[in-house]
Amino acid sequence: MLCHECNKREATLHFTKILNGEKNEIHLCDQCAREKGEYLPGSNGFSIHQLLSGLLNFEQPIQNSPSRSLQSEQQCKKCGMTFHQFARAGRFGCAECYETFNHKLDPMLKRVHSGNTVHIGKIPKRIGTGIQLQRKIVQLKEQLQQHISKEEFEEAAKLRDEIRSLEKLAQQSGGEG
Amino acid sequence: MSLEKFISEAISPWMKNDGDESDIVLSSRIRLARNLKDYSFPIIATTEEASLVVKQVKEHFEKEKYDQYGPFELLEMDDMKPNEKKVLVEKHLISPQLSDESKKGAVLLSSDESLSIMVNEEDHLRIQCLFSGFQLSEGLVLASGIDDWIESKLHYAFDERKGYITSCPTNVGTGLRASVMMHLPALVITKQLNKILPAINQLGLVVRGIYGEGSEALGNLFQISNQITLGKSEEDIVEDLRGVVLQLIHQERAAREMLLQSSKLHLEDRVYRSYGILAYARTIESKEAAQRLSDVRLGIDLKILKELSASILNELMILTQPGFLQQYAGEILSPDQRDERRAALIRERLNLEIEKFN
Ligand SMILES: [Zn+2]
Ligand SMILES: [Zn+2]
Repeated sequence: MLCHECNKREATLHFTKILNGEKNEIHLCDQCAREKGEYLPGSNGFSIHQLLSGLLNFEQPIQNSPSRSLQSEQQCKKCGMTFHQFARAGRFGCAECYETFNHKLDPMLKRVHSGNTVHIGKIPKRIGTGIQLQRKIVQLKEQLQQHISKEEFEEAAKLRDEIRSLEKLAQQSGGEG
Repeated sequence: MSLEKFISEAISPWMKNDGDESDIVLSSRIRLARNLKDYSFPIIATTEEASLVVKQVKEHFEKEKYDQYGPFELLEMDDMKPNEKKVLVEKHLISPQLSDESKKGAVLLSSDESLSIMVNEEDHLRIQCLFSGFQLSEGLVLASGIDDWIESKLHYAFDERKGYITSCPTNVGTGLRASVMMHLPALVITKQLNKILPAINQLGLVVRGIYGEGSEALGNLFQISNQITLGKSEEDIVEDLRGVVLQLIHQERAAREMLLQSSKLHLEDRVYRSYGILAYARTIESKEAAQRLSDVRLGIDLKILKELSASILNELMILTQPGFLQQYAGEILSPDQRDERRAALIRERLNLEIEKFN
């Protein structure tokens, strides 16, 4: 087959590009693929999503059976995306999709993120104040237990006061969260 | 326009700075994916919604002080000519997806082009920092700073357990993609890279040819980046990548040393042949140009070629792409015409070096 772009060289790369849910067959020679920028950094637009779709389809081997497709018609209340659409596009439609499809998400996240399902990195400075406080409180409570078990009551009392004031702060900022 | 002037305008200012280990690590990149709460992600957003996102971001950049990072220029894809966008893609300032497929796509660029913020790409915001050489930690600090500055007013989609919410679950958590561009000719020549790659993949890192596919990387340039974004802190992600890159630098240096000792004549022959072809060819395809440029750069690093500056690989890999060739020519070119222009541009560029040297 000749390359669709130059019609000169033999097409060596064949892929299916999914754009807004529509499938496009693309056949290019090496050079045109490169020149079209298909392999430039950040252009992994479809490869990674197709890989993801692969993972998802693997999880649903009997896609065609009626009960399955009914079940997968679950929809995000906010943006209307179904799990099927997600599986095809590899991308969610809005932040709420994560909650809607939460139960199906963790097995997939585990595969992609080498077993991890929970974020432990940065917390936004402004809107994350509440979460930061909670993380701090949990830390301090662990320290408090250690002091108590070592019978260091003076230290423990200090920590208890600190925890109380942080909890008050957390309650006040809770409204914004 | 003279070639010198064209190059000085075409090459991003940040590229002219010297970074660490810049004989092997050409550049470092940090990318943070962020989304605004309450707006549909670009994949399903309506034009109105997408415009609102641009408007919010634009207002923030106009109202808030950004002395530390700015000033920024906002470029909207709808207002740009195809070749102007192509040039930005070739400079790695925007992605092909933003250029060709986005709805109301835009980019904010800092004046030295080391900071680019794509709007309405796969996510609402893609904050990207580019540094020359090996400077991942510096990139992370800068990206995180601008992230804080944007978040001081805009509401991000963030979940306590899932972290920064992204359209694609492969980016969720930190939304961080850290990557370096490495020139690894000796590991390719000695066929060691193919043995190293599987081990790197097992560490949760991805290696890809920058201008090509897999081990057939054009110009022996490879991009190494993290795959995992969830369950690790930003600092750990960068640190783990750093560790592997240091190993690769070490191995590439050892392989270069080995080549010099065991087959100096062949190496010199290879370098001079490639130099000869670049200096005299009348037409050259991008694949061959990349390979020859890589040889010449290796020759410069190993002091076989002394009168050339090391930056030519980096520069010419960018300048000999179709968009730049067309910009320099001032017209749209067919593939054959590009091959001719490419050869001419490389010859001209090498001549500049010789003039400088004399
Ligand atoms: Zn072609
Ligand atoms: Zn949704």
